[in-house]
Amino acid sequence: MAVVETRDLTKVFKEGGLGAVNSVNLETREGEFLVFLGPSGSGKTTLLRMIAGLEAPTSGDILIGGRVVNDLSPRERRIAMVFQSYALYPHLSVYRNIAFPLQAQKVKKELHKEKVEWAAALLGIGALLERKPRELSGGERQRVALARAIVREPAVFLLDEPLSNLDAKLRASAREELERFHRRVGTTTIYVTHDQVEAMAMGDRVLVLNKGVVHQLGTPAEVYDNPADTFVATFLGSPPMNLAELAELIVGFRPEHLRPSSSVTGDAVSFRLKVENIEYLGAEWIVSGTVVGGRLGGKKVFSRLTSAQDLALEGTYDFAVPQRQLKFFDRSTEKRIEPRAVSLQ
Amino acid sequence: MQTSLSGRAFRRIGHVLVITVFTVALAFPFYWMLVTSFKQNVDLYTMANNPFIFNAKPTLDHLTFLFTQTRFVRWLGNTTFVGVVVVSITLVLALPAAYSLARLSGRWGERVGIGIFLTYLVPPTLLFIPLSRVIAYLGLQDSLWALILVYPSFTVPFSIWLLMGFFKAIPRELEDAAMVDGLTRFGAFVKMVIPISTSGILTVVIFTFTLVTQEFVYALTFLSSEENQMIGTGIPIFLVRGDVYYWGALMAACLIATLPIAFLYNLFLDRFIAGFTVGAVK
Amino acid sequence: MLAPAVLYILLLVAGPFLLAIFYAFSDARIGNTQLHFVGLENFRSILQSPSFRIAVRNSFIFTIGSQIVVIIASSILAIALEQPFRGRGMLRFLMLLPWVAPIALGAIGWKWILDSIYSVISWVLVALHLYKPFGAPMWLGEPHLAIASVLLVHSWRLIPFSTVILLAGRTAIPKDIPEAAAVDGAGFWRTEFLILLPMMMPIISVAVLFGIIFTFTDMTVVYILTAGGPFDSTQVLPSLAFTLGIQGSDLAAGAAISLTLVPLLVIIAYLMLRVAHRAEVT
Ligand SMILES: Nc1ncnc2c1ncn2[C@@H]1O[C@H](COP(=O)(O)OP(=O)(O)OP(=O)(O)O)[C@@H](O)[C@H]1O
Ligand SMILES: [Mg+2]
Repeated sequence: MAVVETRDLTKVFKEGGLGAVNSVNLETREGEFLVFLGPSGSGKTTLLRMIAGLEAPTSGDILIGGRVVNDLSPRERRIAMVFQSYALYPHLSVYRNIAFPLQAQKVKKELHKEKVEWAAALLGIGALLERKPRELSGGERQRVALARAIVREPAVFLLDEPLSNLDAKLRASAREELERFHRRVGTTTIYVTHDQVEAMAMGDRVLVLNKGVVHQLGTPAEVYDNPADTFVATFLGSPPMNLAELAELIVGFRPEHLRPSSSVTGDAVSFRLKVENIEYLGAEWIVSGTVVGGRLGGKKVFSRLTSAQDLALEGTYDFAVPQRQLKFFDRSTEKRIEPRAVSLQ
Repeated sequence: MQTSLSGRAFRRIGHVLVITVFTVALAFPFYWMLVTSFKQNVDLYTMANNPFIFNAKPTLDHLTFLFTQTRFVRWLGNTTFVGVVVVSITLVLALPAAYSLARLSGRWGERVGIGIFLTYLVPPTLLFIPLSRVIAYLGLQDSLWALILVYPSFTVPFSIWLLMGFFKAIPRELEDAAMVDGLTRFGAFVKMVIPISTSGILTVVIFTFTLVTQEFVYALTFLSSEENQMIGTGIPIFLVRGDVYYWGALMAACLIATLPIAFLYNLFLDRFIAGFTVGAVK
Repeated sequence: MLAPAVLYILLLVAGPFLLAIFYAFSDARIGNTQLHFVGLENFRSILQSPSFRIAVRNSFIFTIGSQIVVIIASSILAIALEQPFRGRGMLRFLMLLPWVAPIALGAIGWKWILDSIYSVISWVLVALHLYKPFGAPMWLGEPHLAIASVLLVHSWRLIPFSTVILLAGRTAIPKDIPEAAAVDGAGFWRTEFLILLPMMMPIISVAVLFGIIFTFTDMTVVYILTAGGPFDSTQVLPSLAFTLGIQGSDLAAGAAISLTLVPLLVIIAYLMLRVAHRAEVT
């Protein structure tokens, strides 16, 4: 096992163009499950590929287990990677796919069978060893890819959106399986996704990226409850955090904290809301409306409620947000700043 | 992909080496044609001279000879003429056939398509003997029309095969829409499908033309008089008088005939590959 | 809309083919108006002729030999050309020339390079003191060297063709397959031989099958370089058919020799269909 560290890691594809990854500093913890989260094109894959040694950095250093590995080839880095497409070798059986890394790293032939069977058993694909990749379902392919990754017991696991090719149902179970798998093997893992639910559910910590820049690195609770800036605040959560620009700062609050006044106790800021749309989503309701009067007048906001049966379209109601749930951001830097007392009236 | 430093240097050297060796091996004859074309005869035929350099002043004699003392220009004209006519015939025959094959669903269409592809594999050297009799019977000996009659037999199959790929890529809805708007199927083909497939048609035009310039066996068999030759036969056979080879003029002629074709071919290379890979590349 | 093309092809491919079979079982000669059925007589007499046996042997030597050279060379070249580098377009143009140039003209270029007196190769060998002046061998004048020369010219011509096809095959392999192999610890050779080569098998077979057809049925290279000589030692089946059937007026013998190409063509066509079919299934 090992810790992965990057120092001012930068990748510029076109000279003079924008960097795909800009000066990224990060350090994983031993055995941690770290998730790279960001919108499409934010540089997640590029960052991961530089760590894997598939892409040469423009500048900066990569350290694995405390050693600078910039000039090492992928195979010298003791990493394993699961690709979005799984990249199974189509002409080899499942057995030979899983055995390939052993063969390539000149592990003694006698040990192959034992190791392959161990990996296959861990992922429950012992019965598929004779099949070719094209005879497998999406979920089975993913497991073969994982088995191929663990079989040589790497120091670090890199996974690039391994679930994005699965349908929604399979995805949930595969996610759970991956989590269990990680708990069992305990290898440092970097996992790339643009799906915030996956990131929140699986990550010990989440690295939020946008345009190649790190916006925040923290536990799921930290990035959700205490977003470092407005990008993180709006990228996480659905609907995203409500943001309102006041004179010198930006005030934000999550939709689930915006509730009818009657159900809010303690210190709270309140205002009147004209309800314009109500969506029933089964377990919850999403209500959207426009603030009437006060400093937020005319601002469109979302509220997430467990019940909205008392509300009617076009009605105007009193809503409130607990004072301590208000987040504040600097108007120019968009970074979060200390809470302060504001009046929204 | 990254490799360690020494590995990278090693690979780089290997790469440069491979590229250099192959470029030299493959392009050398053409370089040699170029050099020979501009050398004086005394230079060419003096064994003590280093053949890689000009030992005497470069000369345009061979080019002058080629264009004034031989039928080279006539051969270029013949080739162009046959090329243009064969291209037209090929388009007229291949376009509708490829279109209907692309739209013909089911086993039958597939079988005809494969059958047509297989006829492309039938070589001239299998058919030239009986065809020579057919040509004689039709009174077309030593006539360019003999080639015009025969060449479509191999240009049409490959063109159909190439065009089928293009037509299959055009969504059917497009013609359906045109037909709903009041065109007949043939009208939809002419007004919608053909304009969309111009790049495919251009590929076929160039491909057919290069096939015509490259053909040798039929031209050798059917044509006899000097003024009726194509470049492929005229240059190697009629630029030799008895046992005397006019190497300077020969090489100049080869180069002049090759370069334009090479240029066109290169532009459309990817499309030709698609025609040859029979679905083994997706 | 299919009918005109199919009719044309049937008339000019199937028709002459049947005529060739008909001639092969008759005593047809140019100028002879009366035809008689002679059964297998033509086949018996060509089987007994030594020049036919040499032609069969040569056809196989040229075909198999050049395919081995071509596949090895083009596999290496395809790897070297895969990654973009400055000047790749220009080099690709130069390397394609042998394939794009009309065969007859490429061959005549080689005839000059391999000339009995002024060969540049001989000059270099003499300059390197490997041979005494005038002591270098006659490349096209000694049977073994002539065979080697023809084989190399065939290879030279087909390497570009095979390379572009293999290149298309390589680009069609998703990039993450070799990357996965790199991460899994495979080096260059292991990735090439254990992963990429097996995945390229269908496309390599396509290149080989076309290559076999192009070499086996070609008479141009031999006709231009050596005209079958010295002493018929480089004669191949198509050129022998031409020599006997057209130059020697013995249509029946020529047709019979041409027909001996058919079994191999059928095998190739069958294999080609299998490759195409497999590619569709996977
Ligand atoms: N090989 C390349 N050449 C040039 N630009 C590239 C290359 N690879 C990626 N980029 C650019 O770098 C930026 C980051 O790409 P990257 O693939 O890392 O994004 P990502 O976060 O993985 O996105 P996604 O979620 O869509 O996979 C993008 O703007 C992309 O266009
Ligand atoms: Mg990505």
